[in-house]
Amino acid sequence: MHSFGYRANALLTFAMTILALMCTLASLSDNFNSPTPSAHVKVVNINRFQKQPKGNDEVSMQLNISADLQSLFTWNTKQVFVFVAAEYETLKNSLNQISLWDGIIPSKEHAKFWIHTSNKYRFIDQGSNLRGKEFNMTLHWHVMPKTGKMSADKIVMSGYRLPDEYR
Amino acid sequence: MDWQGQKLAEQLMQILLLAFAVVAFATGYISGSFQMMVLIYAVGVVLTTLVTVPNWPFFNRHPLKWLDPSEAEKHPKPQEAVSAKKKPAKK
Repeated sequence: MHSFGYRANALLTFAMTILALMCTLASLSDNFNSPTPSAHVKVVNINRFQKQPKGNDEVSMQLNISADLQSLFTWNTKQVFVFVAAEYETLKNSLNQISLWDGIIPSKEHAKFWIHTSNKYRFIDQGSNLRGKEFNMTLHWHVMPKTGKMSADKIVMSGYRLPDEYR
Repeated sequence: MDWQGQKLAEQLMQILLLAFAVVAFATGYISGSFQMMVLIYAVGVVLTTLVTVPNWPFFNRHPLKWLDPSEAEKHPKPQEAVSAKKKPAKK
């Protein structure tokens, strides 16, 4: 501690170490948060249901997506990435997952929302298995923290069914 | 700085930084604002730097007592022996 530079270096190093410790504690404090999110997806209308020239089925639909993800936000949350996916089974694949819509929630105020939209991304099957297909809608979210580990979870909603014939 | 001053500077630095870190974390957690925590801690680091890094007078309250020059001349440094045959010179 005999010179200006020595003291400055010791101080800055110690300050940085303590900052790293504080960020670790902040990240660990997220474990005390027990979130209670809720969501609902409603298929308002099937706009188009056709077989493409290449032989793959395509669906275009109107969706009502409502969710309350406010309980996911803590003091250490930067943003929440949320997406809606359709999941179903075919002979070829045991699980098909297609992302239909996604969005970024930047703050707690925006986390309770209701949106009426057509699917943002195209719903195209690998083949033509969609007639009369029963599928689940899942709402996934990824919580991105300011410091620490990202966590993800989902809500599965079942009971959706595509029409038996092309429209 | 003298030895006591250096010890004081090191202790002050550690205690001040830790205290500010605790206050910053508590304030940030309770008010739910990460930004508040970082702000308070940054202020604390700057304050600690101003208190402990410059060579303030209160770090020099126990100055080292160097030997007086006239006293030092009476006790010259020992000469190294040139060869083993020569007798060591007495003073």
